[in-house]
Amino acid sequence: MNILVPVKTVADPAHPARPLADGSGVDLDGIGHGLNPFDEIALEAALQLREAGQATGVLAVSVGPPSWGDGLRTALAMGADRALRVATPPHPAVPDPLTVARALAAVVRREGSRLVIAGKQSVDGEHGQTGPMLAGLLDWPQATNVARLTLTADGLEVTREVDGGLECLALPRPAVVTTELRLNRPRYASLPNILKARRKPVEEITLEALGVIPTPGREILGVTAPPMRPPGLRVASVAELLHHLEQRGLLP
Amino acid sequence: MTPLVIVRVRPGQAPDTAGLRTLGAASILAPATVLVAGRDCQACAAEFGRRQGVARVVVADHPGLDPPFPERLAPLVADCAEGHSHLLAPADSFGRALLPRVAALLGVAMASEVTAILDGQTVICPTHAGNIHTRIRLRSRPVLLTVRTHGFAAPQPRPGAPAPLDILTPAPEVIATHPGVRLLAFHPAPAGRPELSYAERVVAGGQGLEAGGDFAPIEALADQLGAAVGATRGAVDAGLAPNDWQVGQTGKIIAPRLYIGVGLSGAIQHLAGIKDAGTIVAINHDPQAPIHKAADLALVADLYQALPEMIRLLRKLEGS
Ligand SMILES: Cc1cc2nc3c(=O)[nH]c(=O)nc-3n(C[C@H](O)[C@H](O)[C@H](O)COP(=O)(O)OP(=O)(O)OC[C@H]3O[C@@H](n4cnc5c(N)ncnc54)[C@H](O)[C@@H]3O)c2cc1C
Repeated sequence: MNILVPVKTVADPAHPARPLADGSGVDLDGIGHGLNPFDEIALEAALQLREAGQATGVLAVSVGPPSWGDGLRTALAMGADRALRVATPPHPAVPDPLTVARALAAVVRREGSRLVIAGKQSVDGEHGQTGPMLAGLLDWPQATNVARLTLTADGLEVTREVDGGLECLALPRPAVVTTELRLNRPRYASLPNILKARRKPVEEITLEALGVIPTPGREILGVTAPPMRPPGLRVASVAELLHHLEQRGLLP
Repeated sequence: MTPLVIVRVRPGQAPDTAGLRTLGAASILAPATVLVAGRDCQACAAEFGRRQGVARVVVADHPGLDPPFPERLAPLVADCAEGHSHLLAPADSFGRALLPRVAALLGVAMASEVTAILDGQTVICPTHAGNIHTRIRLRSRPVLLTVRTHGFAAPQPRPGAPAPLDILTPAPEVIATHPGVRLLAFHPAPAGRPELSYAERVVAGGQGLEAGGDFAPIEALADQLGAAVGATRGAVDAGLAPNDWQVGQTGKIIAPRLYIGVGLSGAIQHLAGIKDAGTIVAINHDPQAPIHKAADLALVADLYQALPEMIRLLRKLEGS
C-alpha cells in the first residue's frame, strides 16, 4: 500500500504575520518558511506505518508554486520515498483548496494510493478544507482531527479529538485521515539526509496534465490587521487586580 | 435568496448553541431553511420552528443518521442545496468535517471560520493565527460558509405561528453509504461547568500547573467565578487537562467577557483563540512572558500564591 501525504510550505508560524501596507496580502519579507506543522505530523505518521511494514511507499505532494519545492525537499529529507509538485498558474499565488483537492484526487487515482494522511489545517490559511474535500471528491470515508491511528487488516481505527471529548471510529480503506497535534512528534531531518535530499528529484506535473481546471470560485479581496487592543496595565497585587475586575463589572 | 442552515442533532435534545447562532448568522442574509437531520430530532426541529429568521424547517429523522457521519450527511445536504443561495454550518468539529465534503460534492469553493458577513458573497475570515483578517469573495453558488459562532447571536423566539415543517425521507442509498464507518466508543470530557465556547468567564491554565501535578488551582478559581476552564496545548499534552479544553488556533476560539490566563506563556497559537475576549488577565511569575504584553491586566506572581489568595478575597467580597 502506498500512502499519499499532501504537504504545504508555510511562513514560519512563530513569527506574527502582518499585512502589507497596501493590504493586498501578507508581508512575508524576511520571514523563513518550512513545512506546515500538521503536514509534518502527517508525514511522520506515514513514515511510521512504512517502517512498521504496513505501507510500501510514501509520496509527498504539493500543489502550488515553485518555492514549495523547498518543503518537498524537507519531506524527502525526513524520509518520503518520492516528492511530486503539481505546478499551478502564477495567479492566485496560493491555489484555493478546491483546486488543491481536485489535483490531489487526480494524483491519488494515477498513483493508486489507498490512504491519504493530511494535516488537519494549514497554519497560515487555516481553512481546514483540503482533507474532507478530497474525501468527498474520491467518495472515500474520512477521519479528521485524528490523534491516534492504527491500521487493521482492511481498515483503520482512529481516535478523533472532537468537541466534547474523544471519538473512536473504525473505517475501511481507502480513506482520508487528517492529523491533530497529538498524533505524534515529527522527526527532524538529519544533516546527511538533508544533503542527500538535495540530489533527489522532485517530480513535476501540471494541473493541466492532470486534467484539472482551476475554478475562480474564490477571490481574496484584501487583508487587514485585527483591531489593536488598548495598552494593558500592570497590577501589583491580587487585591488590585480584583479591584479592577470589580470596577469593570466582571465579577459574579 | 434563502440560506440553508445545517445543524448538529443530539438525539432527543434541544438545539445546541452553535446551531442557534449559525441561524443567527444566516438571518443576516435572509430568512433561512434549517435542515435538522439525525435520529430522534423532533424536539430540535420544533424549537427551530419557533425562532425568528426561519422560513422553513426540513426534518430528516432516521436512525442511520446518528452519529452524524459526514459520509452520509454530505450527500443528504447536497441534495437539499438546490434552491438555496447559501449553506451555513458552525465552525466546530461537526461543521468543519461536513461542509468541505459538501463543497466537493457540489463542486464549489467555500469559506471557513467566518467572523463577519459583509454581503451575500463577501466575508471576513481570520487567518495566520488570527493576526490577519482576510476578506474573501465567493463567486460560485451556493455560497458555503462555516461560521465562528461566538460572534453571532441566537435569534429570539418568534411571535405567532411556528415556521412550516417539511419531512424529508433520506434516500436508502444515502443511509447505506459507507456502512464500514462505525463508532467504536465516545469518551466524553468532564462536563458540569459552563460551556467553554460560550462562557462569560474563562480561567485557562498552562504548563505552569505541572509543578503541582494537576489543574486543581485553576478549577477552584473557575468554580468560585462560575467560569469555564480552558487549557493550553502544553497543559493538554502534559495530561493536566482533556483535549476538549484546549484554547487556541487548533483548539476552541473563545470570546468571554473575562479571560484569566494562569501559568501559560501566551504563545501565538494560544493567543489566536482569545483575540476577541473582552478583558484579558495574565497571571505569570515571569515578567517577560508574552502573555503580559497581550493582557489588559497583568499580574506578575506565582500562581500557587496568587490563586488561593484570589479565591479567599473573592469569598470575602461575596460575604460582604
Ligand atoms: C501547529 C501548532 C498549533 C498549536 N496550537 C495551539 C493551540 O491551539 N493552543 C495552545 O495553547 N497552544 C498551541 N500550540 C502550542 C504553543 O505554541 C505553545 O507551545 C503552548 O501554548 C505553550 O503552552 P504553555 O503556555 O502552557 O507552556 P509554556 O510556554 O511552557 O509556558 C508556561 C508558563 O508558565 C509560567 N509559570 C510556570 N510556573 C509558574 C508559576 N508557579 N506561577 C506563575 N507562572 C508560572 C512560565 O513563566 C511560563 O511562561 C500550537 C503549536 C503548534 C506548533
